[in-house]
Amino acid sequence: MDAQVALIDQLFDAGLLIETGVDGLYGRSGQFEDVISRFDALITSFGREDKAEVIRFPPGMNRAHFEKSGYLKSFPQLAGTVHCFCGDDGAHADLLQCLGEGKDWSAKQEMSDVVLTPAACYPLYPMAAKRGALPEHGRLFDLMSYCFRHEPSRDPARMQMFRMREYVRMGTQAEVLAFRETWLQRGRELISMLELPFEVDVANDPFFGRAGRMMKNSQRDQGLKFELLVPVNSTVSPTACLSFNYHQDHFGQTWGLKTAAGEVAHTACVGFGMERVALALFRHHGVDVQAWPRSLRRVLWG
Amino acid sequence: MSEAIRNTIVAIIVEAGRLPVAAETLTDDADLYQAGLTSFASVQLMLAIEDRFGVEFPDRYLNRRSFASIASIRAVVSELLTEREAA
Repeated sequence: MDAQVALIDQLFDAGLLIETGVDGLYGRSGQFEDVISRFDALITSFGREDKAEVIRFPPGMNRAHFEKSGYLKSFPQLAGTVHCFCGDDGAHADLLQCLGEGKDWSAKQEMSDVVLTPAACYPLYPMAAKRGALPEHGRLFDLMSYCFRHEPSRDPARMQMFRMREYVRMGTQAEVLAFRETWLQRGRELISMLELPFEVDVANDPFFGRAGRMMKNSQRDQGLKFELLVPVNSTVSPTACLSFNYHQDHFGQTWGLKTAAGEVAHTACVGFGMERVALALFRHHGVDVQAWPRSLRRVLWG
Repeated sequence: MSEAIRNTIVAIIVEAGRLPVAAETLTDDADLYQAGLTSFASVQLMLAIEDRFGVEFPDRYLNRRSFASIASIRAVVSELLTEREAA
């Protein structure tokens, strides 16, 4: 815990992150963003030959798609929905009065059609399914989005709003598993080039409640999720910087996504926690990028 | 007793398991996952079993193995009922 506070304070002191008064919600300095964009370019250099289709969604998604995705079954505690004022003049006056008196002013707030994107790939599946069956050999997408997860923390590696870059593969079971295997290897090479210590381990998503306990065990038993972990705040519980996920036919079933042969499509993705990797770099190589090893600077800035 | 437990379990699988095959036709050792039981449906199955038998699955049984077959579910339920009697 002390180590976490120390790291976040170091980042504030160095001006790399800027406090907003809410844990997990920070401004980023130009230097921090430069590291993110260089890492982003490095990912692209690893994935370029695959010719993924690039799509950038905004950090909010269609609520109807969110509801159908099953996210609320698994992670109700993390979701962030957008509510907006939908009242008349009288309700507006009530709102201002409550605000002035420091009371709850949310009475006339209504759920909008927008939900904050929980993972970069959530808006993708309904869009891909709408195109019809996958072509021969499936599809590959390149995504990045700010994502939201409601888990306030002083651990700088657990932000509430952060960027996730993803490659998402849709196809047959064999195709998507081969994709995941390729990225498990590339991910190791990539983080080695950043001169960071890491390990790859089987993992689970933070499923909610007792039912979630079973989902976690089931996910681990089946080896559906692997994470590439780098010590950021502590060596005891290192931080997942990359994740390699095989969804089986979960999204294929949910969205009616079919392969060229008419089978239910399988999907897999590799996710990069952009801020987490930047934080790992600052944690291991120091807050002054000019003092980073020359070899590492060459990898990032050429 | 044991047969009654089995029948109740099969009835719950029919309701909550959402299998593409008729649960009544499965043998006790048939693999429910092979028969189409999904992870989500196995969670529903667990909650329905807890509700019907008035038991709570401890952490050690919150895994795929517990729900792999009618026989494995029956073994867990029988043990939990015995524990409840003894308590």
